[in-house]
Amino acid sequence: MNQFQYVRATKPQAAIEAVAKDANARFIAGGTNLVDLMKRGVMTPQKLVDINRLDFRKIERQNNGLRIGALALNSTVADDKQVRERQPLLALALNAGASPQLRNMATVGGNMLQRTRCAYFYDVTMPCNKRQPGTGCGALEGINRMHAIFGFSDKCIAVHPSDMSVALVALDATVQVSGPKGNRSIPFADFHRLPGDTPEKDTNLEPGELITAVDVPDGPFTKHVHYQKVRERASYAFALLSVAAALDIENGTIKAARLAMGGVAHKPWRLTAAEQVLVGKPATEETFRQAATVAMQGAKSFKHNEYKLRLGPNAIVQALKTAAAA
Amino acid sequence: MATNHEPDVPANHNENRRTFLKQSSLLTALALVPGPVVSAAEAKLDERVAEAIEQIPLSLKVNGKKLKLKVEPRTTLLDLLRENLNLTGTKKGCDYGQCGACTVHVDGQRVNSCLSFAVMHEGQEITTIEGLADGDKLHPMQEAFVKHDGFQCGYCTPGQIMSAVACVREGHAGSEGEIREYMSGNICRCGAYTNIVAAIQDVKSGGQKV
Ligand SMILES: Cc1cc2nc3c(=O)[nH]c(=O)nc-3n(C[C@H](O)[C@H](O)[C@H](O)COP(=O)(O)OP(=O)(O)OC[C@H]3O[C@@H](n4cnc5c(N)ncnc54)[C@H](O)[C@@H]3O)c2cc1C
Ligand code: SF4
Ligand code: FES
Ligand code: FES
Repeated sequence: MNQFQYVRATKPQAAIEAVAKDANARFIAGGTNLVDLMKRGVMTPQKLVDINRLDFRKIERQNNGLRIGALALNSTVADDKQVRERQPLLALALNAGASPQLRNMATVGGNMLQRTRCAYFYDVTMPCNKRQPGTGCGALEGINRMHAIFGFSDKCIAVHPSDMSVALVALDATVQVSGPKGNRSIPFADFHRLPGDTPEKDTNLEPGELITAVDVPDGPFTKHVHYQKVRERASYAFALLSVAAALDIENGTIKAARLAMGGVAHKPWRLTAAEQVLVGKPATEETFRQAATVAMQGAKSFKHNEYKLRLGPNAIVQALKTAAAA
Repeated sequence: MATNHEPDVPANHNENRRTFLKQSSLLTALALVPGPVVSAAEAKLDERVAEAIEQIPLSLKVNGKKLKLKVEPRTTLLDLLRENLNLTGTKKGCDYGQCGACTVHVDGQRVNSCLSFAVMHEGQEITTIEGLADGDKLHPMQEAFVKHDGFQCGYCTPGQIMSAVACVREGHAGSEGEIREYMSGNICRCGAYTNIVAAIQDVKSGGQKV
């Protein structure tokens, strides 16, 4: 591992300044992604700013929603009483990720900023535009079984691996950030980006910007929710594909719906057109199939991930059926 | 190692090789890219590198003992325990958060010690497998693992036991299914899972203080 300078921040402003003025500096929270990538030489920061002492761990009620501190642990959020009552979809998605030990370390901010698990990105002897712009995309003509079916470019076809983020995009969350130019809010759907010509940028965060909290607005999705994660073993594995589904059902009719997919794009993939298909219809398998068909419009596969074109709609129907029955 | 955390390691090695070889020209180019240390030196960053290898003071409590240490920032908590403190009960399986062999408790919570730097734990309390027994008296979970043969080669066992104790304390040992889910962060290559679950159920139903 490369050598680096380590500093512990006790004030947000000091942390922000330290990272903003040094292109080779990075924040470190739980470390579960950054330490992994540093051990492999994929990320080589020269300075680490430890933000664990900052006061961003609380989960609080605030105007019509929950404010979840960026340093709240994944396990704390998943077990939190208010989260379980008001946003059970978020708790389900969090518990579907990683392992109990990792969730005890991983923070909300770090989870959103975890990098892709594309094997070429992880292997420094391989070409990868995301790790080293201009070297080419190894996955495009290579092994692309895990890769995107939506929103990719010829520069990068990687997917975002976070489970939590799939729930947050479905729940219309907002990311609170603090940076060298002050504070701003970013709607969750605009936080991550598509690769385009600059796959090295995963998000719209500016250099030095620190995530301080995520706001999740109250909604009617307290009962009929499900997080369907399809993976190669029952637990402790990344998603091949996942679906976050939330329904508000009255007398058998769908009044409101939220739907998003993971493992299909460079960002958590909200399915608004499919949601519109669901609203006003009976909560039946036929309706769910219609929504799934709309959801998959425009999907395109590569050599090894064609299975996602069939797995996708089936997982959507399964998620909606389970949510409706919950 | 082909685990599914190492994303996408294909089963078909020949195909794998062929596909990878398609990029062989790019590979050669990449091999010449200087490493971070070289580029740091070129950019006249000697001063910063010197600063970086500085040893940082660190106060920790390990298995009840207060320690004042000096560590290099790159040292993981796992390496600190094994290499610097000679507490080799905690094992290094994968070193990438994928197996659970390195599980210890930090302020009572189970974590993978291979994925954090020791310096991030200033002022915290670490418990390893060596700190679980009360003198010569084994912890109930250790006794249960012996009684139920919860291991074969034993390499994963310290991590399994640390995780199992936390699993019961957290209240995640309510059923066999719940135990299996909440113990899924600990891989056992020997496949002692059935007996591990039995040991945890025994401790849970025994009602002893864990
Ligand atoms: C074996 C294994 C299996 C896993 N399985 C899953 C899975 O199934 N599903 C899943 O979703 N995830 C999974 N993960 C990933 C895990 O969820 C992430 O590693 C974790 O959430 C990252 O959080 P962290 O706090 O440890 O981040 P860190 O590693 O500390 O940081 C990650 C990045 O975020 C930046 N950062 C952190 N906090 C902030 C902040 N507040 N503001 C600005 N920047 C910040 C850091 O600079 C760094 O670049 C797995 C990880 C491992 C090792
Ligand atoms: S898909 Fe993206 S991350 Fe993977 S090799 Fe191509 S550029 Fe790199
Ligand atoms: S050694 Fe830490 S998880 Fe494998
Ligand atoms: S006992 Fe051998 S790995 Fe678990």
